[in-house]
Amino acid sequence: MTALLEIDELLDALESGLRRILSERGVESPLLIGIRTGGVWLADALGKRLGIEQPYGELDISFYRDDFSRIGLNPRVTPSSLPFDTEGRDIILIDDVIMSGRTIRAAMNEIFDYGRPASIILATLIDMGARELPIQPDVVGRALTLEAHQRVKLRGPEPLRIELQESGQ
Amino acid sequence: MTANDPSPNHLQLTRDGQLRHFLTLDGLSQALLTDILDTADSFIEVGERRIKKVPLLRGRTVVNLFFESSTRTRSTFELAAKRLSADVLNLDISTSATSKGESLSDTLLNLEAMASDMFVVRHSQSGAPHFIAESVTPGVAIINAGDGRHAHPTQAMLDMLTIRQHKGRFAGLKVAIVGDVLHSRVARSQIRALNVLGAEEVRVIAPGTLLPRDVEDLGCTVEYDMARGMKDLDVVIMLRLQKERMEGALLPSEREFYRQYGLNQDKLALANPGCIVMHPGPINRGVEIESAVADGPQSVILSQVTNGIAIRMAVMSMAMGGQMAERQQKQQEEQA
Repeated sequence: MTALLEIDELLDALESGLRRILSERGVESPLLIGIRTGGVWLADALGKRLGIEQPYGELDISFYRDDFSRIGLNPRVTPSSLPFDTEGRDIILIDDVIMSGRTIRAAMNEIFDYGRPASIILATLIDMGARELPIQPDVVGRALTLEAHQRVKLRGPEPLRIELQESGQ
Repeated sequence: MTANDPSPNHLQLTRDGQLRHFLTLDGLSQALLTDILDTADSFIEVGERRIKKVPLLRGRTVVNLFFESSTRTRSTFELAAKRLSADVLNLDISTSATSKGESLSDTLLNLEAMASDMFVVRHSQSGAPHFIAESVTPGVAIINAGDGRHAHPTQAMLDMLTIRQHKGRFAGLKVAIVGDVLHSRVARSQIRALNVLGAEEVRVIAPGTLLPRDVEDLGCTVEYDMARGMKDLDVVIMLRLQKERMEGALLPSEREFYRQYGLNQDKLALANPGCIVMHPGPINRGVEIESAVADGPQSVILSQVTNGIAIRMAVMSMAMGGQMAERQQKQQEEQA
């Protein structure tokens, strides 16, 4: 295991990307929603960096996963918590890693069950490619291409760090 | 029928230990019961949303198969299935085909032909859901919604969820179950659940005529005097007097029962100050419980109803998930 990615550099990239897109779109008071677990840690970090005072929301997408019919219910499900009304608001949705895009599809379905947001901006720390759905992040910390046996994982919450795991060796 | 099968888990659990039917609490581990409670906690949050629905059972058909009538249990199962996005069919068999002479097996074959994915079964015969689980097509999940005097596992689990919400734990708790234990499938499941989850003491309080023989073997202490029994209690669960099940004169009179075992404010004052009052419903006011107690600040009877929906969503989605995971695994093995 080697930590070849500096978390601060990636967070800097996410922060500046988000500032740019928020100003381009004229979004003044966005709400942050993190996808458990890594996305929630990032929502915390980015909320501080962007000076968003509204507490961030936490999504557990277990009830919305499209592989329920293959693997059953995740036994570690915890309640989602959105401590604000999403109706008509601009949302920044955050996850640590995007690959197939299925997690984001599930998360957006869940968000819409709380109300109809005005917009959603998708921010992910790492983009692994390998998309299976037409979903692209608006802001990315870093795009990565890994070997088949490699996995990347965000560890946290204190300190946040990125681990590159060599599996099957 | 095998109501007393000591190890029903070959039927209830997949090889990986996931739930695939929910028939009885017997043999289920503390870890699994805790998983059910944790999952239900997440479903409580779903019930507070603008859209109180998740897509887990979308496209699945759930049949409420009630051979014995019930309003609350059937309606909370129905609501639970609908909040999981399932299609629901309610069959009140007590007024339907079986009275025209159709056998249970034939009724089931017909329902399976309608491509049902889950049967929620209530039956006056102990072991009926177990029998159905043994004979049903693989892939169809069976949930016990109360069988004879045997078990009512979802009711017991919603009671456990209510206790955990209000007390935060099971360790160190003293819990009493008061009244008609003899005819109560709920009491049996509650005693089991409380023991598995680690309550300090489970006490039954009742006249000897309303206790099953060897009741201590279920894992409880016995108290015939209610005033003594209320001492040090953290939770008191009142049972409904099952008038429709009374065979022969087990009671001197309702009034005498109420005098001795009915819960009023004076008796409740003998318990610990934060003692919560529970009742599975429907309550007989003035028979088991005084209105001032049922509607009082220590009563959590209505949160039991809300929790009933969440527990049933948890059990239904876990059992359906287990069935589907198992099917997937078998297909993969056949291909390999």
